[in-house]
Amino acid sequence: MNVLDLDYMLGLIPVLLKYLPLTLEMAAAGMVLALVLACLLAVIRVLKVPVLDRFAMLFISFFRGTPLLVQLFLFYYGLPQLMSSLTAINGITATIMGLTMHFSAYMAESIRAAIVGVDRSQTEAALSIGMTNAQLMRRIVLPQATRIAVPTLMNYFLDMIKATSLAFTLGVTELMGSAQKEAAGSFLYFEAFIIVAIIYRGIVELLSWLQRYLEHRLNRAYSR
Amino acid sequence: MIQLKGLRKEYGKQTVLDGIDLDIAKGEIVVVIGPSGTGKSTLLRCINFLETPTAGEITVGDLTVDACSTSRKDILALRRRTAFVFQNYALFANKNALDNIAERLIVVDRWPKEKARQKAREILQRIGLADKAEAYPASLSGGQQQRVGIGRAMATGAEVILFDEPTSSLDPEWVEEVPGLMKQLAREHQTMLVVTHEMSFARDVADRVIFVDGGRIVEQGPPSELFSNPRDPRTRDFLRKVLPDQTA
Repeated sequence: MNVLDLDYMLGLIPVLLKYLPLTLEMAAAGMVLALVLACLLAVIRVLKVPVLDRFAMLFISFFRGTPLLVQLFLFYYGLPQLMSSLTAINGITATIMGLTMHFSAYMAESIRAAIVGVDRSQTEAALSIGMTNAQLMRRIVLPQATRIAVPTLMNYFLDMIKATSLAFTLGVTELMGSAQKEAAGSFLYFEAFIIVAIIYRGIVELLSWLQRYLEHRLNRAYSR
Repeated sequence: MIQLKGLRKEYGKQTVLDGIDLDIAKGEIVVVIGPSGTGKSTLLRCINFLETPTAGEITVGDLTVDACSTSRKDILALRRRTAFVFQNYALFANKNALDNIAERLIVVDRWPKEKARQKAREILQRIGLADKAEAYPASLSGGQQQRVGIGRAMATGAEVILFDEPTSSLDPEWVEEVPGLMKQLAREHQTMLVVTHEMSFARDVADRVIFVDGGRIVEQGPPSELFSNPRDPRTRDFLRKVLPDQTA
């Protein structure tokens, strides 16, 4: 067994970290868009909006039922073949689209569960003082559903950060792609990929810390 | 003031309310009693459309709503003229006591926040919880939560407050504070329709007691009359069970 090249590994850290912003940008954009789409889907499912509800179910079953990599290939390689206007779609855009749709399908279900999890009698109380459905959702149900949903949504966000590594299959040089390139040049695969693993692990640790802080704040109203 | 005409509620083949006719005058305190599962709560919940009645007509103040042809606007208008006190309090868990009371004024009546909170503070004072303004429901006792629930109903300025078994979820040690507050409201001539198992409240406070069984009004009258001299055998039977130490 060969000894690991420690100097090479340490030298690689600043090289790879240059690509960290792109990874985080894709994850952040994907998360924001996925949250918006997931809230929309969840509200449609909870209120059982005619027609749209069927569409939402179909959407969720497709994006939960197929691998993310397959979806990314469909967006990047497949769609431009059908619609020539999409030929210009770049790997980053395709990745953000894929992450958004894939994760919104999962997140919609956990947001829906959180909305249903808010005590039904509070909805009745809100109706009884004359609030409209939109008002009671915004002021009573969603704030409480947020608290219930935060732990699972944070989980999906962590998963999404890691899933951005698939972008390298669409030719995007992000964290994973840059490690791949470095390793291909030096043939030190283990060194390159273990550094990538450590960097991902570090981001996840930071965000777990943020999650604990967020949960603590959101729980303040509910502790005796 | 409040008028129900032929109010019916059916779940599939089961009839829960079998044609209720009822007039309540302004400032009147009406208590509904009767065995469990006879539609008392359903009656209250139909008046503000938490349940949709199958048929009948509901008048509150100058608004009349026909169960068979309602618009969303009618239902909203009806709910804004009535207030509801729930058995399990149903306070907004994400809002403190003050904002539970102010919520209606801010969101529905569109008062400026400070004015609404000022009014809510006055109500907290009246319900004896001025020191709990910042407390969230989770940190309040059952009796305190129900008083905030009543405060929330008071803030609506509704023409009638509907009480759905307001003391049933309370530990015995808290039971007194809630009827105490309701008696205070009664003295202020707040119109109330109360479903309760607290016969002492019915006897002491009600202007009129209504006995409901099988989805119908079986008998009604002033408490002195209904409790001491019930005419219908079903009323007599019920009162014998709930007032065991009294020969009805």
